[in-house]
Amino acid sequence: MLIKQLSVFLEDRSGRLTELTRILAENDVNITALTVAETADYGMVRMVVGRPERAKNALENAGFTVGLTEVACVKMPDQPGSLHQILQILTAEQINVDYMYAFSNSNVALAVIRASDISRLIGVLQQHRLKLLSGNDLYQL
Amino acid sequence: MIWNPQRECADRQQMQEMQGSALQAMVRRIYNHVPFYRNRLLAQGIEPGEITSIEQLRLLPFTTKADLRDNYPFGLFTIPQSEVVRIHASSGTTGKPTVVGYSRSDIELWAEVVARSLTMAGIHSGDTIQIAYGYGPFTGGLGLHYGAERIGATVIPISTGNTKKQLQFMTDFRASVLACTPSYAAHLGESILKEGISPDAIHLRTGIFGAEPWSGEMRCQIEKLLQIKAYDIYGLSEVIGPGVSMECECQCGNHIFEDHFIPEIIDPETLEVLPDGELGELVFTTVSKEAMPLLRYRTRDLTRLHRGKCDCGRTLVRMEKCLGRTDDMLIIRGVNVFPSQVESVLMEMAETTPHYQLIVRRENNLDTLEIRVEIDQQNWSDSIRELEGIRRRIDHNIRSLLGISATIRLVEPYSIARSEGKAQRIIDERHSNL
Repeated sequence: MLIKQLSVFLEDRSGRLTELTRILAENDVNITALTVAETADYGMVRMVVGRPERAKNALENAGFTVGLTEVACVKMPDQPGSLHQILQILTAEQINVDYMYAFSNSNVALAVIRASDISRLIGVLQQHRLKLLSGNDLYQL
Repeated sequence: MIWNPQRECADRQQMQEMQGSALQAMVRRIYNHVPFYRNRLLAQGIEPGEITSIEQLRLLPFTTKADLRDNYPFGLFTIPQSEVVRIHASSGTTGKPTVVGYSRSDIELWAEVVARSLTMAGIHSGDTIQIAYGYGPFTGGLGLHYGAERIGATVIPISTGNTKKQLQFMTDFRASVLACTPSYAAHLGESILKEGISPDAIHLRTGIFGAEPWSGEMRCQIEKLLQIKAYDIYGLSEVIGPGVSMECECQCGNHIFEDHFIPEIIDPETLEVLPDGELGELVFTTVSKEAMPLLRYRTRDLTRLHRGKCDCGRTLVRMEKCLGRTDDMLIIRGVNVFPSQVESVLMEMAETTPHYQLIVRRENNLDTLEIRVEIDQQNWSDSIRELEGIRRRIDHNIRSLLGISATIRLVEPYSIARSEGKAQRIIDERHSNL
């Protein structure tokens, strides 16, 4: 249930993100989810893609700084309170969320979650019978 | 082993006698053959016959880089051009290059001091030396080359650049010694990791690094990356090139080959000679050189001299690792800053690399310092909290060392130009806007 998220450190330089998407396009890598976090000086692109290893190699060969980070993806009903219920569980179990990104579509909501102790996060979510998606489930969305 | 024990272990009195008679002969030569020196000496009322001992060195006039430029290209040569067998020139980043000429015996002298240097680092016949200093007008490549041949080592004259070929030769030819700039050594070490080359395929034992200032922390990093013992070789083309001074196995400063290059430390402001142990500008008088001897040449390098006994057995005076060159020193809001100080802060932190650049600007009449630091490709976190933590710690450590604040900017690995010659550590934009 671990998902390999691609993390890319991007200097604040014009056209850098376009360069990144060009390489993914040329290597036939599909992006399922993507978020860009920014600070004053640099950005951090995090994405879930099909064939993460291939994407990592292609980006590294093009001079990008790329890491694979393990994240979890939890599926919930697209209705008020779903996310709150999950976060309540994590708070009770004292799991700190490092970062998270979420979206909903056709009655289903998905949240990608990163915590430092990722195996414990997954264990806790499974214990509470929450539906976790695998990498393959996600790429096939 | 000691290459020339008679010279390198001479007692102080012997050395001073040697220096005195060499100085006497040198002053006579430059007075007779170089109008520039004759005029300088006459202006101070000095007749060459008056100079008979080393104690009188301090009476003689200084020579500066500006004097070299004014006499460009051959105005300071003491011999006819037909006797000059080689010309080197240093990369002038501003204005004209600095030109130096060598007679046949100067080339012999150079091979001798480099042979002493390599021997000092435990290198001998049977070693294979990969010389990744630039071959050409720069003195690094050819300087090391002749000394390495003199001791009977096998030389790979690969020059700089082409990292893939460097690594191929290093592994296939089983190089045991690497000679290059410290920043290129770090680059090669990182490339070995990046290419996934097994440590068993690398046979390096020793590194001979110089031509740019580097910190003790950078030494540790290079030694770890390449699994070698790293030695500092010091030199400047005006004096001869690499081989002016060298570290022995005790690594307590560089022994200066003072039978040929007589050092002094002066206060750069008052020009007074300072006693041993005090920090000041290093000055050399090259008593043995034929083609272009220099009288009290101001190197602009800041260091200290020590004459205490060294466990290696050599009696040659030692100089500390240069704190920096007076031209590299930045004055930011009135505070003296050397790139080597910034480097030492970065090298103490595990999460950063030795690749950095200082950018100085003037905004609203106030100097600003920006330090660009590459994140470590092997060891970085995608957590912004952690990256910001690193940035804040660099900021804090810089502030506590230098007493000024700087803007720390984390940049992508390999985004700061890698020098195959020398690293461009400083971009000072203050003067261009005037």
